[in-house]
Amino acid sequence: MEEKVIVCKELTKRFGDFYAVDKISFDVSKGEIFGFLGANGAGKTTAMRILCGLSYPSSGDALVAGFSVRNQQESIKKNIGYMSQRFSLYENLSILENIEFFGGVYGVSRKEIKDRSYKLVGELGLQKEAKKMVGSLPLGWKQKLAFSVSIFHHPKIVFLDEPTGGVDPVTRRQFWDMIYDASASGITIFVTTHYMDEAEYCNRISVMVDGKMEALDTPGNLKTKYGSDSMEDVFYKLARAAKRTGD
Amino acid sequence: MKQLLVFVKKEFKQVFRDPRTLLIMFGLPIAQIVLFGFALTSEVKNIDILISDHSKDVVTTEIVSKIKATNYFIVHEKTMGDQEIEKTFKGGKIQCILIFPDGFNNELIHQGKSEVQIIADGTDPNTAKTMINYLTTILNEYQLQKFPSSALRYQIRTEPRMLFNEEDNGSMNYIPGVMALILMLVCTALTSVSIVKEKELGTMEILLVSPFRPVMVLVAKAVPYFILSLVNFTIILLLSVFLLHIDVRGSLLLLYAESALFILTCLSLGLLISNSTNAQQTALLISMMGMMLPTIIFTGFIFPLENMPWILRTVSNIVPSKWYFIIVKAVMLKGLGFRFVWKETLILIFMTVVLLSVALKKFKIRLQ
Repeated sequence: MEEKVIVCKELTKRFGDFYAVDKISFDVSKGEIFGFLGANGAGKTTAMRILCGLSYPSSGDALVAGFSVRNQQESIKKNIGYMSQRFSLYENLSILENIEFFGGVYGVSRKEIKDRSYKLVGELGLQKEAKKMVGSLPLGWKQKLAFSVSIFHHPKIVFLDEPTGGVDPVTRRQFWDMIYDASASGITIFVTTHYMDEAEYCNRISVMVDGKMEALDTPGNLKTKYGSDSMEDVFYKLARAAKRTGD
Repeated sequence: MKQLLVFVKKEFKQVFRDPRTLLIMFGLPIAQIVLFGFALTSEVKNIDILISDHSKDVVTTEIVSKIKATNYFIVHEKTMGDQEIEKTFKGGKIQCILIFPDGFNNELIHQGKSEVQIIADGTDPNTAKTMINYLTTILNEYQLQKFPSSALRYQIRTEPRMLFNEEDNGSMNYIPGVMALILMLVCTALTSVSIVKEKELGTMEILLVSPFRPVMVLVAKAVPYFILSLVNFTIILLLSVFLLHIDVRGSLLLLYAESALFILTCLSLGLLISNSTNAQQTALLISMMGMMLPTIIFTGFIFPLENMPWILRTVSNIVPSKWYFIIVKAVMLKGLGFRFVWKETLILIFMTVVLLSVALKKFKIRLQ
């Protein structure tokens, strides 16, 4: 049996009478690329925040990297990486300084940071820019760099919240190459996106509607099940049933 | 701990790379000190005085040289008749005229008294009064020096003394106030802006998801600004001593300790502001505008608190800079020790504790 790195059991988050996340259950295996889809307001963000250890569930539980979101949030945080759509490196620090900082925050030793950051900069082809301020880089490069930084400390799982928002198609393709590489090295990818072509790249996809998980399967199986020839269509059929709108 | 150091290091780097922060941090204090120290002083300097000496004897010559010796007057000498006085003032340059009548010394020796006439331009009553005071003081001093034994016979001398500020150094009262104002603005504004900036950029999210403890984010933010504020304070102090010639009479150590406490109060306020808003603009507006006015009005260094209605005086009690102002005046200008300012110190400590605990409580560990 494959090693499960996320095990989610009837996870629920309630705000008053409002069920933002309503008893969702799913597993994610090691090295899997797990697409987490849903319209705005479907509860994706809330669920993801709980899994990242930023919020407590109202009921139910989830084990992330083997630790419970109910009471082992600190341990979870040590084992995950996170990157969001809003670009999140410091613009007035250089590439190397950003790596040094975030590596340091995650407790990577100074020597290791030094070794790995030069290697990383080489892989990204940014040797010449290594000492330049991040603010001067084009958006696509920033996003790639941000992703590299989020897996710099070798987390078990990396959570990507709409990582390719506003990025051109070529860079998005390169970005996904990086995701595949990370996945191949054993890092589990948990990704939300609104681009349906990206959804196709995932091993498995879940679609949330009104706080519930309405579908969970491989892109191929989902298309067959809903009689569609694209993920776009599958998503549309599912999301149309939603009663809640917007965030 | 190591993580904290990494954070503090990064924070310093960012401060020194941001021209806006540097300008607020170091430009503001220098500008304020120069402004308050030189422009906004109540003392009158470089008064153009015309001395019309009809007597030209030993005594008048001595008095004139005494007047010249002060920093206050630019002496012009011209003997002229009464009809020219008005014309002279209308010329606009001369602010004050001192007239020694003919035979000044003779009268003084033979009749035991003599008169001089001081005419000042009354269009600016405050300046006029000040000039007359200066001249009277100079004349009195001269008399006392010259005729020490006989002086008592003639008149009751008034000897106005500005206690703790014998030289009537006008910038003196402003300096503690400016210190309070600058520390208040700079600490509060910079701390709140730097935290809110992380929220705006989205880096706060990353930090909260990292194993770095959320409270440590606040600590890491506070440490650099605490150190920078102390540097800032030192700059103000150096400027005051060397540029404005104000002595620190009390213990320097106590002054630093009290200032460190006040900086902590301001940092806590900054943290509180940053936890109440998500936009840099708002944070800057609250801490600059929202703090500037109460500080200027209620600290008491420009508008005397004693003259305010009781309700405003009551309000002034919650302004931290008021208490710091009292402390600095006591320690720096009067040279008093801790036992004279312990009450104010306690109030500041209390304020810091309250502000800090509210700030921590409001600190949203969970993102919006």
